[in-house]
Amino acid sequence: MSNKSSVEPITQQYVIPGTDFTRAGEASSKVKTILKRLGYDPDAIRRVAIAMYEGEINMVIHAHGGTAKVEIFPDRVEIALCDQGPGISDVSKAMEEGYSTAPDEVRALGFGAGMGLPNMKKCSDDMRVHSIIGKGTDVYMTIRVRGTGN
Amino acid sequence: MQYFHSVRLDEDKCLGCTNCIKRCPTQAIRVRDGKARIISNRCIDCGECIRVCPHHAKRAVTDPLSMMQNFKYKIALPAPTLYGQFNLLDVDYILTGLIAMGFDRVFEVSQAAELVSDHTRQIMREKKLKTPVISSACPAIVRLVKVRYPDLCELVLPHLSPMQVAAHMAKEEAMKETGLAKEEIGCFFITPCPAKVTDIVSPIGMSQSWVDGAFSIAEIYPVLLEKMDRTQTPQPLSKSGIIGVSWANSGGESSSLIREQYLAADGIENVIAVLEQLEDERLGELDFIELNACPGGCVGGVLTVENPYVAKARIQRLRKYMPVSLNHMNDSIPAETMDWDGELEYAGVMQLSPNLEEAMRMMREIDALEEILPALDCGSCGAPSCRALAEDIVTGSGARLNDCLFILRKEASSLGVSLSEHPADKGRIYSAEESQDDGKDSE
Repeated sequence: MSNKSSVEPITQQYVIPGTDFTRAGEASSKVKTILKRLGYDPDAIRRVAIAMYEGEINMVIHAHGGTAKVEIFPDRVEIALCDQGPGISDVSKAMEEGYSTAPDEVRALGFGAGMGLPNMKKCSDDMRVHSIIGKGTDVYMTIRVRGTGN
Repeated sequence: MQYFHSVRLDEDKCLGCTNCIKRCPTQAIRVRDGKARIISNRCIDCGECIRVCPHHAKRAVTDPLSMMQNFKYKIALPAPTLYGQFNLLDVDYILTGLIAMGFDRVFEVSQAAELVSDHTRQIMREKKLKTPVISSACPAIVRLVKVRYPDLCELVLPHLSPMQVAAHMAKEEAMKETGLAKEEIGCFFITPCPAKVTDIVSPIGMSQSWVDGAFSIAEIYPVLLEKMDRTQTPQPLSKSGIIGVSWANSGGESSSLIREQYLAADGIENVIAVLEQLEDERLGELDFIELNACPGGCVGGVLTVENPYVAKARIQRLRKYMPVSLNHMNDSIPAETMDWDGELEYAGVMQLSPNLEEAMRMMREIDALEEILPALDCGSCGAPSCRALAEDIVTGSGARLNDCLFILRKEASSLGVSLSEHPADKGRIYSAEESQDDGKDSE
């Protein structure tokens, strides 16, 4: 409840629990609800929902969970997904469609098709991946409302 | 804008409890001044509140049987769900019973359902629609998508429901046969649910409904039971097959498409789970999605008499004596008359403000208020959750922070008034326990 400038973002933080597939998607669902309440652009909502869901699933499969920080601005949504997992050894390879290092038991559940990062890239207007082996991975995505001065 | 709703409140019966507010899928109910209030533009007429209200204070408004008398020629449009209400092996007993009730003609909605199936098969073969296609047969689901899923509106099958198609065909046939004007012929749907009633008064995808009125299955049941004569051979009136009557059950419409890549979900909570996944594009492998608000499909409608599972079993048994399908597009009705006059349009009724920056300001206020509230979602304030109360306060819909009992108690104690006597109490009410103890003492 501040009187600061209206461009101050709405910030949401979530903890993504590790290895719990039943809860993957919860954060994405909450962000969707907020964006709809705001009357946000439907296309942007869709891309945020997909990008976040894929990111959540990635953290569950590969990194024993992590955190998601979402900042909503009038013209864009910024998402930071941070984990302390094993890191990605070859980021450019991981960006290729169909490339996956997911274990068999995860694939048996229908996940790990190697579409996670490529899908996230497709949905966002800007995506950066910082990964350090043994330390973890941070993914930063920006999803802009298309058609508003962009 | 005025909204018609079949689902209404019976004020005298409402005790202002929290059952309905907690179950409403669009958070469309609040308790104010001790009575439930329905927020009109959010209600989708699914009937969940009718199902859950222990005091029967929620009801569906349907038309009185006497409405038939306003028309010279009366046509009954029985939903296939009606067939599951009776323990019979021949649908003709039911249809002949309807004639004995005073209808001049019966047109089975299952007949039109076979045409809608045929039409859908055709346009899906031609790949004219974006997939997965969402069925538009359940009006509560169409309205749910309309108010909650902006990005899914374009996937909803832009076709009239079998009920509307049946009424259209029945009316045209009757006009030709009798020479009567359209207004002199009354088409009455025999409905399993309130959502259909709403869809008659304010239809989606068309300007004027072909159906004139709706009688609830529950209301017609005893009258029809009395008129059904099982000692006589009934008139051979039934003109539909397995495909048509199967629409009463969840999965019936899907299986009529003769495709493998479909999903059929029923029960509003399950439906919402599917729509959420669909929104995240997690169901890409499917090409058709059938969603029914009621458990089991239309057989689970709140205006039915029989247990939905029993009704389903009876319909299964009836099918044994039926052909696959008796109605096909080419010999009956022009395809374009079955189309909606446009795509489903999103209605942003959950939107905080039409201005994004204003909405963001409100959202920040809501977030801040939510921090203060106890996060118990008890419903005692009249809103379904603490978050909903925060929204109600910020959107100025008459709610106050001290509608929350816990906030009220804090306010009172700061004024030196104690509403709770337990010294260790920090945010919980012990009064129920204490009064029980008191009761024992006095015995």
